[in-house]
Amino acid sequence: MITILFFASFREQLDTESEQMEMQGLTDVGSVISMLRGRGDVWGRVFAEGQTVMVAVNQEMTEESAAIKDGDEIAFFPPVTGG
Amino acid sequence: MNEIRIQAEPLDPNRELDLLRADNPAIGGIVSFIGLMRDINDDKRITTLSLEHYPGMTEKALERIVAEANQRWEILGSRVVHRVGEMKPTDVIVVVAVASAHRGEAFQACEFIIDYLKTRAPFWKKEQAPEGRYWVEARFSDQEAEQKWK
Repeated sequence: MITILFFASFREQLDTESEQMEMQGLTDVGSVISMLRGRGDVWGRVFAEGQTVMVAVNQEMTEESAAIKDGDEIAFFPPVTGG
Repeated sequence: MNEIRIQAEPLDPNRELDLLRADNPAIGGIVSFIGLMRDINDDKRITTLSLEHYPGMTEKALERIVAEANQRWEILGSRVVHRVGEMKPTDVIVVVAVASAHRGEAFQACEFIIDYLKTRAPFWKKEQAPEGRYWVEARFSDQEAEQKWK
């Protein structure tokens, strides 16, 4: 089971704060993005090719190529704007 | 001592500076950055700012940035305090204060911490203007500011 979190404009657009799912074929961050994009509609737009999507695995910023494992917390969000 | 804190309550920069100053008599100087909420952005009048963050990751990201600053410069203490939730113009959004024996280290470390916070700490701003509410876009100039420390 992995936990997926969405923040800021992503959370609002997707109307989803978090969800849990089985790994079933997911191996890295990129595969999670493809799966989410494949839902189509607003998911397809948020995760469209060329969109800037930042990702953190277990609360560490990482890249699409990062491997994932059971129990991971994967967060997607737009570029940060604090300070 | 390095203090990192996220809070919804109003932020008093003077109190943060007093606490940092009192922490260690070897401190010879403090440099601080105080980020304020402006009432204008991209020619829009902003009435309210909402700040969202990623609890847990925010603290970790800030700890990592402060740890890196401590590796690069001789720092005698620091305080990074960021506000979240709803704010009004003139409110303090963030305080970054760095203490060192001499000013050079503190100036550089303070700028480094705020530059990295801007691009690496998971905070997001949403502004309320008469035209509506919208998420603030990341600025390219913030990416450039981070690059200069590479």
